[in-house]
Amino acid sequence: MELDFGPAVRDFRDELRDWLADHLTGEFAAHRGVGGPTDGEAWEVRLAWDRELSNGGWLGVGWPKEYGGRGLGLLEEIVFEYEYARANAPYRATGNALDLLGPMLLKMGGEEQKKRFLPPILAVEELWGQGFSEPGAGSDLASVRTRAERDGDQWVVSGQKVWTSFGIHADWLYVLARTDPDSVRHKGLTMLLLPTDQPGVEIRPIRNLAGQDEFAEVFLSDARTGADMIVGEVGQGWRTAMATLGIERGTTLLPQQLTFEREAEALIDLARERGALDDPMLRRRIIDAWISVRIMRTTNLRTLAELTAGRTPGAQSTTAKLYASTRHQQLGHLAQELAGPAGQIVGEDYGLDMRQRSFLLSLAETIYGGSSEIQRNIIGEQVLGLPKEPRP
Amino acid sequence: MDLTFSQEQDELRKVVRSFLAKHSDEAAVRRLAAEPLGHDPVLWRRMAGELGLQGLAIPEEYGGHGFGYVDLGIVFEEAGRALLCGPYFATVALAAEALLRCDDEQARRDLLPGIASGETVATLALTEDSGRWDEQGIRLTGRTTADGPRLTGTKTYVPDGHLADLVLVAARTPGGISLFAVDGDAAGLVRTALPTLDQTRKQARLDFTDTPARLIGSQDTAWPALERTLATASVLLAAEQVGGAAAALDAAVDYAKIRVQYGRPIGSFQGIKHKCADMLVEIEAARSAAYAGLWALDADDDTETPVAAALAQAFCSEAFTKVAGDNIQVHGGIGFTWEHPAHLYFKRAKSSEVLLGTPSYHRELLATRLGI
Ligand SMILES: Cc1cc2nc3c(=O)[nH]c(=O)nc-3n(C[C@H](O)[C@H](O)[C@H](O)COP(=O)(O)OP(=O)(O)OC[C@H]3O[C@@H](n4cnc5c(N)ncnc54)[C@H](O)[C@@H]3O)c2cc1C
Repeated sequence: MELDFGPAVRDFRDELRDWLADHLTGEFAAHRGVGGPTDGEAWEVRLAWDRELSNGGWLGVGWPKEYGGRGLGLLEEIVFEYEYARANAPYRATGNALDLLGPMLLKMGGEEQKKRFLPPILAVEELWGQGFSEPGAGSDLASVRTRAERDGDQWVVSGQKVWTSFGIHADWLYVLARTDPDSVRHKGLTMLLLPTDQPGVEIRPIRNLAGQDEFAEVFLSDARTGADMIVGEVGQGWRTAMATLGIERGTTLLPQQLTFEREAEALIDLARERGALDDPMLRRRIIDAWISVRIMRTTNLRTLAELTAGRTPGAQSTTAKLYASTRHQQLGHLAQELAGPAGQIVGEDYGLDMRQRSFLLSLAETIYGGSSEIQRNIIGEQVLGLPKEPRP
Repeated sequence: MDLTFSQEQDELRKVVRSFLAKHSDEAAVRRLAAEPLGHDPVLWRRMAGELGLQGLAIPEEYGGHGFGYVDLGIVFEEAGRALLCGPYFATVALAAEALLRCDDEQARRDLLPGIASGETVATLALTEDSGRWDEQGIRLTGRTTADGPRLTGTKTYVPDGHLADLVLVAARTPGGISLFAVDGDAAGLVRTALPTLDQTRKQARLDFTDTPARLIGSQDTAWPALERTLATASVLLAAEQVGGAAAALDAAVDYAKIRVQYGRPIGSFQGIKHKCADMLVEIEAARSAAYAGLWALDADDDTETPVAAALAQAFCSEAFTKVAGDNIQVHGGIGFTWEHPAHLYFKRAKSSEVLLGTPSYHRELLATRLGI
């Protein structure tokens, strides 16, 4: 199915296609399809690619011009993601800031903050990490214990964050902290922007099961940030965090799922090579994998069509993450099976090929951004209106 | 971009839903399911007269209303939700489609207006004892005589074949497959209603012995048009399946909110809540599958439609069965009773699964169409 939003958007699409064809060359072309929202593979190349995109004016297509964006609309953003995925360009290294922090600031940040932070994001000068989770606050994010206290014109922050994607690269963190020491649960939390380059911040890589050091634990001991570095109001951080998670579960899944389609095509090629298409049991699973990715695409198109028509997206916008994450894992299992014994062998220093990496990293997709169990709670309670679980 | 519904389409859905809630409520469904005829002519006339449902997607020049397939899909979704009994699928999704797809202007002018007005109940007789939906499954023969074409052979599992005024018959002719029109009460046609597991959709066996028929389109070349008909019907059936599944989930959720065990509504237990959530995930995926088919039909996309249609049947069939089964589970013992409507949906799901070919068959169709 092709997206067509009329002549103006078509011009934009053609311009983008041409640009990608001209610039996705050399090393960038060699890294087609590399990376993911938690995959730090070929980091330097991808950063360089992000800068290339930035120079071409392709970052922040929908952001206002005054902050370095292109000032175009949602349609162009969608077309950008589709064309980007079609070209199989490297996964953007600065996705966290582009897809999560940026939209959060645009929506809830102060004018000074927007002016200060948005242009460097688009210029790929400052990288960001999300500091929500803690050792004792994962699914139950409202039990955040990291504290922030006001000291003159600064906030002093102490606590421990964990699982911060790309934390080792981050120049700044956006941190959910408790500013009211007597508060419980989601009351009394505040969203703070915190520079990492200071003595009070220690970031240690955590090795994930794919052997990468791309997420991190963050120790904050009297780390400091300016009083004006809160997003939204003091005590209203929960709202800001939820809005950000809403973005994370919504639009940012789109480019990722488009890459799943490519994996499904590769899976079919592999199966053909291996003669697996003649095995009825495998054949069935292969066709089902193809069906899954096609359904993901249509589901996204439904949501986007509703958004662009100014309608409130339907239930599929909530079910999409659970469906995609589950099905992508199945696809990965199947790809590994088709690879056969060769799939067991890795390169030097636990070097994984794209298939192995994508398969192993798919195990995180049912955990981050709200685990599958939490998604089911959300669907059950917020979409279907079922009674809540008893909570303390 | 039309990948979402318009306000008019929302309105259409509302109107059809409230009409069917009134006229195809559980009592009506049970009454018709229990009768061998399974058809309420009064309701049929109102569907045509008050809402124009039979002719919704038939072009105006043939007496219809000229709406698109997305609109028609909405009606099928609602018909599935209400478990509408009667020959709507047979007449609209199969017979009218076959006439629209075959290359025979005169036949369209002669036959479609009756369908659109609700005067004619029609069906398509394709499957035989083998139950196959492919070209090879067609054995019934058509031959030319001085008095016009004659058909001999047997068709079975024909939806609403026991009562159709007009039966479109796929037959083998010397050089290929041809389509014929036969009057329901033609000489040499014996119709036997078959008792069905899913009592909400009737089927019949049709024995033809030198039965006079009218050739539709040109001889030996009907298969491509029939294939397109089946693709369209697959998409419309998928929409119906989505509607049925949605109704089953609604029932499960309503019950989970009020049924109390261990001092709590069962819907507050994750075992039940998560099952309901998974049902919705399945339904939304099925919706995507069905809607993609409807959009492809409206876009008149000859490459996309056959792929989307096979995908829709492969996926939506199993989704409906799964969700309808889970609905019984959520209801516990009461869900296992004849008195409770849960089994009506489950049986409709199970029979719809094979109505146009099994999910495995459609997976293979999909694979072939994709070149896998
Ligand atoms: C690759 C990766 C990248 C991440 N990146 C970031 C990041 O950049 N920034 C950040 O802040 N966080 C990040 N996270 C953290 C992520 O958001 C959490 O891992 C997630 O919220 C789950 O929390 P947890 O790990 O503490 O698991 P827990 O909450 O302890 O969950 C353990 C298990 O219990 C289940 N469970 C928990 N509560 C319930 C319940 N109420 N009902 C049923 N089951 C339940 C869960 O589903 C899970 O199966 C990342 C995680 C991963 C894996």
